[in-house]
Amino acid sequence: MEEGGIGMGLADRKGGASLELPQGARVSDDPERLLGGSVILTRLESVVNWARKYSFFLYPFVTACCGMEFMSVAGPKYDLDRFGAALPRFSPRQADLLMVVGTISHKQAPILVKVYNQMTEPKWVFAFGVCAVSGGFYDNYATVQGIDTLIPVDVYVPGCPPRPEMVIDGLLKLQEKVAAEKWSDWPRGAAPVSRC
Amino acid sequence: MDASVTLKKLRDRFPASILETHSYRGDDTAVVKKEDILDICKFLRDDEGLLYNFMMDLTAVDYLGREPRFEVVYHLYSLKFNRRIRIKAGVAESDCSIDSVVPLWVGANWFEREVFDMYGITFNGHPEMRRILLYDEFEGHPLRKDYPLKKRQPLIGPIN
Repeated sequence: MEEGGIGMGLADRKGGASLELPQGARVSDDPERLLGGSVILTRLESVVNWARKYSFFLYPFVTACCGMEFMSVAGPKYDLDRFGAALPRFSPRQADLLMVVGTISHKQAPILVKVYNQMTEPKWVFAFGVCAVSGGFYDNYATVQGIDTLIPVDVYVPGCPPRPEMVIDGLLKLQEKVAAEKWSDWPRGAAPVSRC
Repeated sequence: MDASVTLKKLRDRFPASILETHSYRGDDTAVVKKEDILDICKFLRDDEGLLYNFMMDLTAVDYLGREPRFEVVYHLYSLKFNRRIRIKAGVAESDCSIDSVVPLWVGANWFEREVFDMYGITFNGHPEMRRILLYDEFEGHPLRKDYPLKKRQPLIGPIN
């Protein structure tokens, strides 16, 4: 086995003979094939991100009519469970995806910031519906003009309310984002708003 | 034209305080001087022939550009005689206050706080004159016509 170093490492201890290559494999193939498909080589970052993106634990911060559409998308017909985002946790300590579903008024703002800060990292924020995205048509003195004035947002899904398909699309976009994250993206730290 | 019992009694009793009256489509309305609002309301509530014992609503209107700028509006109802009356009292921006009617109707408490919250009109003699719907750090009074539509509050958001 003078050709490649990988084959050398596969020596059978008992007989001292080399393992035979799987049928059709060549020494120049990638290690996973050479090892007969029994081993997966990857980066820890990738595999952790892969686990994270398929196991969101939602915190449903539901304040308005979008909640009905959220129930629809979480229920059996559209079924967010297919994407691993099924279990709502009603304690922010146990959740990692903050679903902000509905209008956030000025008086609600401190509560939202508090819930965000109580969540453990890594955590993501999903702005569900146009009110959470930008205030929507509530362009007035009492409504927060988009929750991104309070906390960082990962996915914006507009609509009044958004169709379940849009929510699922948003979730898939979030999964793509999570898959591409680096260790250095965390921790994000507390919300930039502290006084409200 | 103006056959209302209430308005006649009011004019007889407070000839100098009643600035204007009308009964358009049967809705009695009296525009009064704000200095006498407490006396007038007390009379309306306690007079044997009137007995407006139910204060249904208390609100304000901002007529920006008119003098007096604000108008505090009272809607009273007599359960005994099944009659209603609307009392309006002009409040100038320079002296933005009026006597509270909480001593007459306890239910006016939150109405007056709401008017203070939204218009910045203070009510003299009110037991707890502070904001009711908005928070203490809110700047301005949002139902005033000159409150900027796009105004942002200092506590909300780093971007604003």
